[in-house]
Amino acid sequence: MAGLTHASPSVEAASAAASPKRRFSPGRDALRRFLRHRLAAASIVVLLLLALSIVLGPFLWRIPINEIDFTARLSPPSWEHPFGTDDLGQDLLARMIYGGRISLAVGFAAMGVALLVGIVVGALAGTAKGPVDAALMWLTDLFLSLPQLPLLLLIIYLFRDFLKGWLGPEGGVFVLIVLVIGGFRWMPVARLVRAQFLSLREKEFVEAARALGASNIRLIVRHILPNALGPVIVAGTIDVAAAIIAESTLSFLGLGFPPDIPTWGRLLFDAKDYLDIAPHWALFAGGAIFLTVIAINFIGDGLRDALDPRKVM
Amino acid sequence: MTEAVAAPATAPAPLLTVRNLTKAFPIKGGLLKRQIGSVRAVDGVNFHIEPSETFGLVGESGCGKSTTGRCVLRLIEPSSGELNFEGKDVISLSGESLRALRRDIQIIFQDPYASLNPRMTIGAIIGEALTIHGLAKSRRHYEERIVHLLETVGLQADHMTRYPHEFSGGQRQRIGIARAIAVEPKLIICDEPVSALDVSIQAQVINLLEDLQQKFGIAYLFVAHDLSVVEHISRRVAVMYLGRIVETAPSRQLYSTPKHPYTEALLSAVPIPDPSVKRKRVRLKGEVPSPINPPSGCHFHTRCPIAKDVCSKEVPPLKASDEGHLVACHFR
Repeated sequence: MAGLTHASPSVEAASAAASPKRRFSPGRDALRRFLRHRLAAASIVVLLLLALSIVLGPFLWRIPINEIDFTARLSPPSWEHPFGTDDLGQDLLARMIYGGRISLAVGFAAMGVALLVGIVVGALAGTAKGPVDAALMWLTDLFLSLPQLPLLLLIIYLFRDFLKGWLGPEGGVFVLIVLVIGGFRWMPVARLVRAQFLSLREKEFVEAARALGASNIRLIVRHILPNALGPVIVAGTIDVAAAIIAESTLSFLGLGFPPDIPTWGRLLFDAKDYLDIAPHWALFAGGAIFLTVIAINFIGDGLRDALDPRKVM
Repeated sequence: MTEAVAAPATAPAPLLTVRNLTKAFPIKGGLLKRQIGSVRAVDGVNFHIEPSETFGLVGESGCGKSTTGRCVLRLIEPSSGELNFEGKDVISLSGESLRALRRDIQIIFQDPYASLNPRMTIGAIIGEALTIHGLAKSRRHYEERIVHLLETVGLQADHMTRYPHEFSGGQRQRIGIARAIAVEPKLIICDEPVSALDVSIQAQVINLLEDLQQKFGIAYLFVAHDLSVVEHISRRVAVMYLGRIVETAPSRQLYSTPKHPYTEALLSAVPIPDPSVKRKRVRLKGEVPSPINPPSGCHFHTRCPIAKDVCSKEVPPLKASDEGHLVACHFR
């Protein structure tokens, strides 16, 4: 919804910038720069439309995801089934809408986990000197050197039943997958943040703030972190994309959500056997993943530029 | 090396007294990162600064003058020595009392491009000083203070909402000055505040600093390598060579009758804007020795035109030769 309303104030913001008496706010300035980034603004609209259809879709498109209709097996897109049907005659649009919720939720939640862990580890390592820094970087290198897929499979195999019993089949697998994917993707963020901290903390403006008596927390939150975030945001958006794909991989291997929950990855997995006779099945699922990932990457670019006041746009 | 800190009884009590200040940076190497040596950037420095005076500190690059300035503010922890500010022992301060000290001593940096946070507006940069020390009672008072500070340093109120990259070098340096005076300090360490600026802008900034000194009675520790700037602004000047002060004197005296051979050489290198003037040029041989392995005795003896045997054996103390004129040389 915001996608449409945001598009029009960009014109207003641009004209307001021309009038000298505008009331200044850094937030509005950032929004103006973001909306000037055309691809990012378009991507926001695309992503919001996707999100909107996933949230509101089930209320508008009322075919259940598990309604089996053998008379309409593998039928191509039609008015009755806009995205066609699968090998059991289930409506793919309904299944895409349902699966999109999980795929997007996994993507964003895993990014959150990866960014949180990465920023905390990187900031700690970059602030502390000596043994703490070295230990945290060893940990990062250790995680980087682990063979991820086998370990992922092992972890899921070991903990799935425990979490299922605790949080229910869907919730348990969701938490597990988010933690596992996020837990294997924080290392690049941590290294990025640490490198930024190491260079930024020697900068004179940080020294100036220290000379003013700023506390360490204030130095980090107000001076170092905001200047370190540009590359982190980009890395974060790539993480969303990677998490959606990782979830697809897990589903594809049959280790993600239960087979009856049609995440986008699972849809792709199921579609692979029918690529020659029912290409629409794979195309819609793959297209949705592609569209989401590319939109998020463009938004990341736009955010990075919008949050940097030096960018003249 | 004991400086005759005992100023004449009539003089006001010094604002800052520095005694035997030393800073050694460890050099780590090898597989286990053991300390294999140290750089004595500041090696037993003594001086004092009186209220509302400008004390110049000159020397070549790498002689330790900036390190000295940062040690005074405890931005760099000194290795040893005594720092006394208004009767308080600066070295022992920590936490809240260190923060209080930083209301009294401020710093202006050399590079006006690196010393302002690029993601904060000018208002936020100056206002941070007020926030940290709780100097603004209300939002309105806060904004009024910032506007007043901007106008004091020759900028305008509407600059508040701009970002640092929209300003020129000279304007940025003014912003740095506004940030420093926001907390009403008694001493400002000026770490080469004009050496990154154009000559015409240098004059403006120097004049601004002098105006502020008259208005608010701020003392400056003025670190620079430009001798003519230091001569213009300082009342007393100290010359540093390889971590040690070799000569301290009232500005005019130092420039008219330098005593230390290093000061003589330094002064004879100042260009005179008149090609017809002939003068004796003292040329030094060689390079500044490495502070990792400084020469024994007087650090300057390897390049000194009047060095004798004693110079490589004994460290010359900084002793008074005239009233207020101290020199560290065996023969002067």
